[in-house]
Amino acid sequence: MFQYVVRRTLGSIPTLFVLAAITFFMMRVAPGDPFSGNRRLTPEVLANLRRAFNLDLPLWEQFWRYIWGVLHFDFGPSIKNRDYSVSELIGIGFPTSLEVGMWAMLVAAIIGIALGIAGALRRNTSVDYSVGAIAMVGLAIPIFVIGPVAQSYFGLHLRWLPISGWGDSWTYRILPVLTLALPNIAYISRLMRGSMIEIMRTNYVRTARAKGLGERRTILRHALKGALLPVVAYLGPATAITITGSIVVEQIFSIPGIGRYFVDAAINRDYPLVMGVTLFYGSIVIFANLLTDIVRGLLDPKVSYE
Amino acid sequence: MPSTPMSGDVLSEARATNAAAPILSVRDLSVRFKLPQGAVTAVDRVSFDLHRGEVVGIVGESGSGKSQILLSLMGLLASNGSATGSARFENTEILGRTAKELDGIRGSAMSMIFQDPMTSLNPYMRVSDQLTEVLMVHQGKSQREALGIAIDLLDRVRIPEARRRIGLYPHEFSGGMRQRVMIAMALLCRPSLLFADEPTTALDVTVQAQILELLGELARDLDAAVAIVTHDLGVIARLCDRVIVLYGGRIMEQGTLDEIFYDPRHPYTKGLLASTPRLDERTHGELLTIPGQPRAAMGDLPGCPFSPRCALRTAPCDSAMPPLVADAGGRRLACHNSPLEDRRP
Ligand SMILES: Nc1ncnc2c1ncn2[C@@H]1O[C@H](COP(=O)(O)OP(=O)(O)OP(=O)(O)O)[C@@H](O)[C@H]1O
Ligand SMILES: [Mg+2]
Repeated sequence: MFQYVVRRTLGSIPTLFVLAAITFFMMRVAPGDPFSGNRRLTPEVLANLRRAFNLDLPLWEQFWRYIWGVLHFDFGPSIKNRDYSVSELIGIGFPTSLEVGMWAMLVAAIIGIALGIAGALRRNTSVDYSVGAIAMVGLAIPIFVIGPVAQSYFGLHLRWLPISGWGDSWTYRILPVLTLALPNIAYISRLMRGSMIEIMRTNYVRTARAKGLGERRTILRHALKGALLPVVAYLGPATAITITGSIVVEQIFSIPGIGRYFVDAAINRDYPLVMGVTLFYGSIVIFANLLTDIVRGLLDPKVSYE
Repeated sequence: MPSTPMSGDVLSEARATNAAAPILSVRDLSVRFKLPQGAVTAVDRVSFDLHRGEVVGIVGESGSGKSQILLSLMGLLASNGSATGSARFENTEILGRTAKELDGIRGSAMSMIFQDPMTSLNPYMRVSDQLTEVLMVHQGKSQREALGIAIDLLDRVRIPEARRRIGLYPHEFSGGMRQRVMIAMALLCRPSLLFADEPTTALDVTVQAQILELLGELARDLDAAVAIVTHDLGVIARLCDRVIVLYGGRIMEQGTLDEIFYDPRHPYTKGLLASTPRLDERTHGELLTIPGQPRAAMGDLPGCPFSPRCALRTAPCDSAMPPLVADAGGRRLACHNSPLEDRRP
């Protein structure tokens, strides 16, 4: 198990390297640079600035310098946010994104799984159809519609919750968490319903019934584990994406997470920040996949850590 | 309990056993499935009795309704299926009961061994948990007690190193070993009624014989009534005291093993026997097969379901289902054109 984790971690290094290379060169192929939008700079100042950030060096050399820095956990300074390093900016933004994302996925997993099971066990009843309707809404309406609608209803009209912003009170968390959770609730409930229906038809669930174990035990001990496997496989990557900051939700609710930095960085061609956030995203996704595989191994004895 | 016979004479003992009240009494059992294009009858007014200590074989080709008979008695029909008629187990009606009501006897007094040991055991649970839960649920045993009983039973079904292997998952067993686990699982609570649906079909030929022998031995020890479903007459010959021949969801013929094997009366039974290779007979070249296709179990056609394939077919065969008539010895036959009277001296 420990060996497996080490092996997978080492195995992810080439992946991250390729990710870094692709991002680096794609960014440079695109026209413009961090200072090109600024008309007031004289050519001399511009040249000095470029030299200060090593942008005058050959591309290959810049790339190797960057990788060399990363190997020493130095992601460079942010070009736009002068007083901060990339690591500091990620350190400032990530806890907020993590908080919103984790809550959203927790809510989505619990509600989605529960709704999915209810739909599967009460198949073709009003329960099932209601769950299906919720899922349709969650999947069909994009976040950039749900967010503002929720803001204007719960924030402006009812005045129950703050419209946007971020403070210590939990009331700031509710709308962004629910907005982020809704599409996941929809997707997870569909996934869970489908896999539960399939499992309830298997021979081994029939065996459990033949053993007279009772419906509760049959579902909880015999059906649930197998039915959860596809959901777990989805939850890992989905959580990685959600906790690294939903760009849209952070914009809508003015949440100071890293999703916002990423957008700003991309627009401003803040090369080190884009690179840093991308590699950070990549690592989180890889970590989440590893975690998913470990959990799947715990659920499914046929998966071995070889 | 069967009454003790007055004399030690084997024949009268057999009669006494048969005369005792059956443990399971099935009357006019029909199983229908609702489908978008209409209702399908899979089992059509089937009646039979099972007594303690006897093994009854239900034989018929694929789709004849064998499995559905057992599943309906276990309350395990698919959600679009329903059973009508009556089935009394130890004098209690078990047909039309809710799952909850059946759970008192399913897995304890009445249990079932399924065809495919690869898929019928839960791949995500240790064999130990799958065995002990039966004893814990039905008999309130502690985990430790239950584990002890389960290990003993795995020993009995001859799984080597049972104490160690019980902690494994099903995929770590071979097919034959898995079927032994299934058998042990069905016998944990010492059932008085045991159903087996093609218990050896999925196994290697060499393993089949061992499993059948084991099954027969354990059933005898328990003095249970056993119904074994198969399309393999070899299985019947090895294990059964009585045989029910099913075709198109109906009983065509029923008798003792000797009656069915050495004196078959129904054209279908004869065809079935002729199409089975036998070790004691030299078949020249290809095997005999019954011409024609089995009738699909669609709708309720009048007449005998076998008539389209029957060599003895006459006009009444297509218009009226022949009644299932019984002789004094309990032998039964449903055919317009074959006599039931004993031709033997
Ligand atoms: N859920 C269902 N819906 C509709 N028809 C069904 C359903 N289940 C079984 N049947 C039909 O019932 C009939 C009898 O099926 P059954 O499983 O009892 O056959 P069998 O004799 O056990 O055959 P086999 O040897 O292939 O197992 C078949 O024609 C089958 O198509
Ligand atoms: Mg069958």
